[in-house]
Formats: sequence, structure tokens, C-alpha cells
Amino acid sequence: MTTLLAIGTAKGLFLATSTDGRRSWEVSGPHFAMSGVYAVAVDKRRATPRLLVGSSSSHFGPRLATSDDLGASWHEPELAPVAFPADTGASLGRVWQLAPAGTAEPDVVWAGTEPSALFRSTDGGHTFELVRALWDHPHRPEWGAGFGGQAIHTVLPHPHDPARVMVAMSSGGVYRSADAGASWAPGNTGIRAYFLPDQWPEFGQCVHKMARDAGDPERLYAQNHHGVYRSDDGGDTWASIAEGLPSDFGFPIVAHPTRPGMIWSFPLIADHSRFPADHRCRVYRSADAGATWEPLSAGLPDGPFYPAVLRDAMCADDADPAGVYFGTRSGDVYASRDEGDSWSLVAAHLPDVLCVRAAEV
Amino acid sequence: MVTVLLPGPLRDEAGGAARLTVGAEGTLHAVLDELAERWPRLARRLRDERGELRRYVNVYVDGEDCRHVGGLDAPVRAGAEVQVLPSVAGG
Repeated sequence: MTTLLAIGTAKGLFLATSTDGRRSWEVSGPHFAMSGVYAVAVDKRRATPRLLVGSSSSHFGPRLATSDDLGASWHEPELAPVAFPADTGASLGRVWQLAPAGTAEPDVVWAGTEPSALFRSTDGGHTFELVRALWDHPHRPEWGAGFGGQAIHTVLPHPHDPARVMVAMSSGGVYRSADAGASWAPGNTGIRAYFLPDQWPEFGQCVHKMARDAGDPERLYAQNHHGVYRSDDGGDTWASIAEGLPSDFGFPIVAHPTRPGMIWSFPLIADHSRFPADHRCRVYRSADAGATWEPLSAGLPDGPFYPAVLRDAMCADDADPAGVYFGTRSGDVYASRDEGDSWSLVAAHLPDVLCVRAAEV
Repeated sequence: MVTVLLPGPLRDEAGGAARLTVGAEGTLHAVLDELAERWPRLARRLRDERGELRRYVNVYVDGEDCRHVGGLDAPVRAGAEVQVLPSVAGG
């Protein structure tokens, strides 16, 4: 069995493969050199896994490409796969998220973009169409822009119900649809927006990342711009699960692919001090849906450590036991083949890591 | 006819060609529209879907930066040379 780890960096995509049970890795790349790779997906709903990559060049703009041979060759359609219709007056900044839908819709892929919009593909990611109801949402003019830009950075299709999909954005919050994108409602009750005069608004929260529990699709986790939360009712309400963490600030939150209640995070000290908690390289894991947390550091650097881990730069694979991966802004990528109990270095000295995705292929 | 010169990073989008010949002339807009018809992937590296020139793409018409001579309305005569160059930017 081969495990593929796709590493999106500020200057291209690197592909790491392991054929010995994730003990050693061979790294190739960069693909899309000199382009920031913000979004990668490994779509395993087809006979041959498909890689989807959203990249953006400072000079030449965004692109979305696919590969059906694990990166040996790439396909980019003649016509732009993701583009704003003329009447919107908008243009694509970049694709921030690529999310294959559930197995009931094997050709549906969602794309979250900057500016904040959602696109849907029904041909496996070759062409996409703007989800109008979210673009036309009356709240949209009030959505803010985080430091990274105004973007829908998280898309969570429901694993079983094609009608239900959730999105999250910084300085906008969580929105949900139960009718395949025809209408959208905010789902931020209980999430504090400490940076606004009204700290409990209907929307405007700065969600950094959202993840769905493996066992209960109504259970969700959110790492916020201060605040770590869980919802047990599909996003109707949220409650803090930050107690037990050294800090409630950070970017990624990752759910185990099959084990209910298990999640990982990488806490940073605070908004005004974006360094790893205690200046140590530690992943935090909860096995009880955030009720308690434990630091994980075996095999990680044990000296002072300063690089952050960005919102999509942590992921889990679909192996058993699950592998966990994270990449730092200093270009180092670490992997665990035992759900975080121990770690080893996959690659060092890459450009700053923007996203990682891994799967058995 | 107008000659369009491409920088190295964009030549793959034109089958490896360093220079293209297009029939359109009159304005830079017309030249870029023909590029979009014939080489759409190349054209969207230069302009976004609103038709605006990307910020860090520079286009010179007979040696003049198009942004100084009318932007996309810059006049392009028959026989002109349109050169695409990435600006000096980035880290």
C-alpha cells in the first residue's frame, strides 16, 4: 500500500510517498513551482484517485488542475474551471478549499474561494458553477476580510445527505445549507467574536477551521480566532472545548477519519503572539471530543520552536491506525503513523507550508 | 499582423512558442481578445475574468508600457510588437 502526502507550499506542490507503512518518505516536486498551493484534495471516489490542486501565481493568477496519475501529469481545462460570472463583477483571487462530496455524489466537488464564494462541480472538478444563493446572501456585503483575504476556506459536505453542506470563513463565520445550496443560514450561536462591539453576533465570527466528527455528522469542531468550540447539533449551537488546551488560539483543527471524538490541534499563544504555545512544538489531541486534551511531542523538536501551522497545514490520512501530518511556516513537515503518539520528519527546508492532505492510494 | 512575445513561464501555454502572430490590431484589447480565442489558458494568465490585466503582468507595445499609453486601449499598429513580461515582484 502506498500512502501519498500532498504538501502545498508558498512556492509549489511537493508530493511525498511512502511504501513501507509510512516509515520513510520519498519527496518529489515542486509541481506548479513559484505558485502558492492553498488547496489540495485527494478524491478517492473513483477507480483511480484524482488529485485536485488549486494554486495561484503572484504574476499569472489562479489555476486549478487535476491529475489522474498521482501527479505524473496534470490537466487544466482550456476554459477556466473556476471563474466568476460577468454580472458579479468579481474575479477569482484563489481557490482556498477543494472538497469532494459524499459517496452518493461521486462527481460532485465543492470549491471555496477568495473572494468568499462557493462553487460546485458536477464533473469531478473540471468545471465549476457559482453557488448563487450564497453569493447573493444579504449578509455578504458585511463579511469581513481576514489578514489572508476574504475567503471561504472550509467546505464540509455532509457525508450521507447530498442536500446538506456547510462552509466557514474568517470574519464571516459558519453558514449552512440543507437544500443543496439553494438557501443559506448562519450557524454561529455560541461562538464569541471578541473583536466586535457585539461579541455574540449572528455572523461575523472569525472561524479559522472547522471539522466534522467521524462518528456523528451532527458533531462539529471549530478552531476560531480565539476560541475552540464543538457543536453537537449540526451547527445550531456551539460550546467551548478550549479548557485543557494551553491556548484557545490557533488555525487548524482536524478530526479523525474513523474514530469518533478524536481531534487534533496546534495551539498558538494568542492573536498578538502567534507562536506555538510555550514556544514548544506540540500537537494537542483529544480522544473525548474536546473534554480533555493531551500534548503530543514524541519525535518532535524539543527546543524552542517558533513557526506556526496554518489552517490547512494539518491533516489525517485514511489508514488504520490513522496517520496525522502537519507542516510549518518554516517548511518542515512531520508525520505520525500512530494517531499522534510519535512523530518523524518527512521533509525539511521546503517553502512555507500552506496545506497538507494524505491518503492511501 | 502583430507579433506577441512571451516570457519563458508562459510558453507552455502556447505550445512552447516564444512568439505568436495574431491578426488582430488596432488596440491591445483586440490583440488580447484574439489570444483568448486561440489560447485561452495563456490569456487568463494575463487577464482575469473581468478582462483586467493582472497586476504583476506588464505588457509593452513597441517598447512602451501599455499602462502609460492607454492600458488595454493602447493603440497597436499593424506590424507592432507586443511583449509580455512578468514584473519584478515577489519574494
